[in-house]
Amino acid sequence: MDLKRLFLKANNDLESTDGKGSTRKIICKKCKKRIAVSRIRNNHFVCPECGHYFQVRARRRILMLTDRRSFIETDRELSSKNILGFPEYDDKLRAAMEKSRETEGVICGEGEIEGHRVCLFSMDSNFMMGSMGAVVGEKITRLFEYATVRHLPVLGITVSGGARMQEGMISLMQMSKVSAAVKRHSKDGNLYIVLLTNPTTGGVDASFAMLGDITLAEPGARIGFAGPRVIEKSLGKTLPKDFQRAERVLECGFIDAIVPRCEQKKYIAKLLKIHGM
Amino acid sequence: MGKNVVRTNEEYSTVLGARSENRLTATDYINALIDDFIELHGDRLFGDDRAVIAGIGFLGDIPVTVIGIEKGKNTEDRIFRNFGSAHPEGYRKALRLMKQAEKFGRPVLCIVDTAGAFCGIDAEERGQGRAIADNLAGMSDLKTPVISVVIGEGGSGGALALCHSDRIWMTEDAYFSVVSPESCANILWKDTARADEAAKALCLTADKLMKLGLIDRICRKGKLKELSDNLKDEFKKLMQMKTEDLIEARYQRFRKVGYR
Repeated sequence: MDLKRLFLKANNDLESTDGKGSTRKIICKKCKKRIAVSRIRNNHFVCPECGHYFQVRARRRILMLTDRRSFIETDRELSSKNILGFPEYDDKLRAAMEKSRETEGVICGEGEIEGHRVCLFSMDSNFMMGSMGAVVGEKITRLFEYATVRHLPVLGITVSGGARMQEGMISLMQMSKVSAAVKRHSKDGNLYIVLLTNPTTGGVDASFAMLGDITLAEPGARIGFAGPRVIEKSLGKTLPKDFQRAERVLECGFIDAIVPRCEQKKYIAKLLKIHGM
Repeated sequence: MGKNVVRTNEEYSTVLGARSENRLTATDYINALIDDFIELHGDRLFGDDRAVIAGIGFLGDIPVTVIGIEKGKNTEDRIFRNFGSAHPEGYRKALRLMKQAEKFGRPVLCIVDTAGAFCGIDAEERGQGRAIADNLAGMSDLKTPVISVVIGEGGSGGALALCHSDRIWMTEDAYFSVVSPESCANILWKDTARADEAAKALCLTADKLMKLGLIDRICRKGKLKELSDNLKDEFKKLMQMKTEDLIEARYQRFRKVGYR
């Protein structure tokens, strides 16, 4: 148990500053090479050897996309409760908070991108796979309502396994709640840009991830409704390699553009500029 | 040691009952509730989804649009209906006809009975996620009343896509869940045999959901005359509301879920 924890930290912590500073190295999952953490961090969390996209934490995403010191977080104090008394959920929440050092699976707030004011939400895959419970739904809904009143654009960065089972129908109905808030924001003529990152699936895919005016994705990101293993099992055959990958989803007509990580900030700034935001 | 015996409890029995084959399906409800039913086909984009039966007719003296997810009556029919699992076209047909209902000022009745939206390569590549999302957003400001009745299975997003309504009703023997209890048990405990525990934990029965304030009425099973009267009364009430008030109330109905 303790050992597992250690591994978790050692593995995904491109973020930690553990005294060794920039000399620390990790092994890239894809090319298996040992690479200095500093090199990966300086390369937008993309492997400088093979181009593998490392997971980026929600807070890091915001730092990467917004102007220095422009971001002001909202609703950080909201944290989940075990409303249904679901077994083991309290422990899971505690572990997720410890692992992610966040209060919930989404960070919301307002900031600037190359001087353009924008409301942002950024999901965190380290918090119970970015699953959406009542608090995630509430925070994103509040953000859209805030942006509607102030006529601000919203930029959403999604990563999620879908609705959070431990909150039952309450979590499923967050899809309805957020979608309705997105619609109100849209009807008032406001811009919503969504950046889909790996993976964006389930109830998040089937709601606000698919409701953007402009839908962007990271290269290779898995984007889909049903889990690939579920489909594989029900069909009894292996799936095509590009199935539910951003490139294929674009071919199918559901994404406007795939934008490499190093270009995202400029790209989004340009979109905001064209919309006169 | 008893490996083939399905462990069960009250909640899981409800789930298994909701899946059983000798139950009333959407067609039975349409036949019993609607006079002069005329079926309308197709999403005008790709095709016609046979898992979704939609059309117009009279509920008493009220012209209504009806959308039902149909599981089928016998093996052949169930295959024809894809076992009540809709592709994106099914949801798009539903939204098309809801918009039509809005145009002509007809209220909409949705009859929901599905294990879930279909999981397959085609369904994914034609935008299952987008189709469901569009229904949620599109229904959220529909300028005509919508009542959804879950009559059997309320399987996750595929059922929710027809439930962004002014009223969500359930028959007493139906369930509505974020995930099937088997998948839930498999994901959490790697053991589908614990589906009974999962069913209990998920609070998926009508009475639990009523207590949580997530649904608005529990309908007695098999009492279609009673359901018909209740629908007529409720639609009449909703049709008297000003459109802005109706839409605002629908917004608030979902707005308060989970966080008050």
